[in-house]
Amino acid sequence: MAQPLDRQKAKPHLAEEWVGKIYTLFCIAFLIITIISIVYFVASKGLSTFFKNHVNVLDLLTGLKWAPEGEPALFGALPFIFGSFSTSLLAAAIAAPLGFCAAVFMIEIAPKFGRQFLQPVIELLAGIPSVVYGFVGLSVIVPLFRDIFPGQGVGIAAGSIVLSIMILPTITTIATDALAALPKGLKEGSYALGATRWQTIYRIVLPTTLPALMTGIVLGIARAFGEALAVQMVIGNAPHIPSSLFESASTLTSAITLSMGNTAMGTAANNALWSLGLILMIMTFIFVFIVRWLERRSKI
Amino acid sequence: MKKTVVLLMVLTLTLALAACGQNNKGNNSGNAAPGSSEASESPASELKGSLLATGSSALQPLVDQVSKKFMDTNKGVSIQVQAGGSGQGLTQVSEGQSDIGNSDVFAEEKLDADKAAELIDHQVAVVGMAAVVNPNVAVDNLTKQQLVDIFTGKVTNWKDVGGNDQKIQIINRPSSSGTRATFEKYALGQKTEDPKGSIQEDSSGTVRKLVGETPGAIGYLALSYLNESVKTVKYEGVEATVDNIVSGTYPVWAYEHMYTKGEPNEVAKAFLDYMLSDEVQNSDVVELDYIPANQMQIKRDAQGNITK
Repeated sequence: MAQPLDRQKAKPHLAEEWVGKIYTLFCIAFLIITIISIVYFVASKGLSTFFKNHVNVLDLLTGLKWAPEGEPALFGALPFIFGSFSTSLLAAAIAAPLGFCAAVFMIEIAPKFGRQFLQPVIELLAGIPSVVYGFVGLSVIVPLFRDIFPGQGVGIAAGSIVLSIMILPTITTIATDALAALPKGLKEGSYALGATRWQTIYRIVLPTTLPALMTGIVLGIARAFGEALAVQMVIGNAPHIPSSLFESASTLTSAITLSMGNTAMGTAANNALWSLGLILMIMTFIFVFIVRWLERRSKI
Repeated sequence: MKKTVVLLMVLTLTLALAACGQNNKGNNSGNAAPGSSEASESPASELKGSLLATGSSALQPLVDQVSKKFMDTNKGVSIQVQAGGSGQGLTQVSEGQSDIGNSDVFAEEKLDADKAAELIDHQVAVVGMAAVVNPNVAVDNLTKQQLVDIFTGKVTNWKDVGGNDQKIQIINRPSSSGTRATFEKYALGQKTEDPKGSIQEDSSGTVRKLVGETPGAIGYLALSYLNESVKTVKYEGVEATVDNIVSGTYPVWAYEHMYTKGEPNEVAKAFLDYMLSDEVQNSDVVELDYIPANQMQIKRDAQGNITK
């Protein structure tokens, strides 16, 4: 009785199976083709600076002077690379302790209030458009720094503060998830041995979740590294390595957004911008690899 | 069964959308060819077709406003205006991706000579530029040499050019910007590098905000951006006014160009003619603080040679 009914039903299910398979295959193929073509496009454009315009790779990576339309044209991108690294690392240094402590508060100290009220508020930060951050930075942080510190307020310090607020949700959310996923037994064991709450957090919770916390930081740095608009508005954009945190500087992204529309495709100046883009993309790959490596470690 | 239908519908929709994307591409490239067949077949009284104008963000407001008026009288025409920078406008018109390329600078300054030679220049307006300083800077006039000294970083204090004892803060546009190219070419007479500590901003609005807020700041703006938050300084004793630009006594100005590749097609030609007509030149152009190109008493070519 049961068998023929099964066979009857098998046919439509087989069709469903195939339609689903083909559709998902189509989607994944679309994704892969898109990614490969973007990588190919950026790489071919970015490498033509070296092959077509015969710029030395080392000159680009270590040169201090950026004048792609000058006489002679100079393509020293070190000030931009320096600016990108210093702003994003500084932003992570500001945001990481804040994010950890917020996560600890939300999970360990006030779980109900934290989960219900604080987490949505922090996640809201992630939804604010970057131009709004930039504008707030330009209107609030830059004038404030101008009054307090020597210099004009713009610079790496203003850029990192704006970025640190932008990456705070990433770091906090990942830290919160990691803390919540911690096996209860670990904490209970610690309490059973007579440890206080702070001892438990400090000695047990933070060390065990450290790889996950690091993942959050690296993702935050990656986001900060790629952020263009908000940083560009507050950093000042002078193509020099600054001698103080409050002196006008540039990042890779701000250099690209400043000049992309004003240079003609195919010229050396335009290709040099693609090379900066290529550097950004390679850095993103490196960040992704670090994250994968950290994730593998955290499972053991 | 229902799920299969839904899935199939999603699939067809995706394919249909993808196909649409390709169709559009075909359309665009067709339009870019000079003398599109659609336009040439229709009677002269009724224009049909679409135009894409890309490029300079300084010129975009004018082209956008005029294109709306043009589309109101010519129902069969649709014009899209995009802003992305002079370099982009010139590249796209030269490669046939757009019909009109808007630019603040002569094509010869951005493109290779052979590519620039294929483009036809339509000068639709003139934009004047002026050096501006923070309102509390006590300087009213700067000579060419003083400006050069300031923007090359040789002079770093206002007291050396007749002002108070205050540090000079340069607020520049990026080195590829059309406004900066004009200012350097006609006000400074040379290219400058960015001195250490100078600020670069990519929009005139931000430059005005920063010059207005930062003590001791100097920058430069198109005349349409001037307001009471910044102080305009005279150049070699000449005030940056429309009259002085028209008569040729104030040299810091640039043409706004609309380039076409080869002779414009019928629709583009009608639009450019409308752009240069007295109706537009005397109302929209003046209204948006540009100077009508046909009022200029002098002419200037790409090399900067002036003829009366």
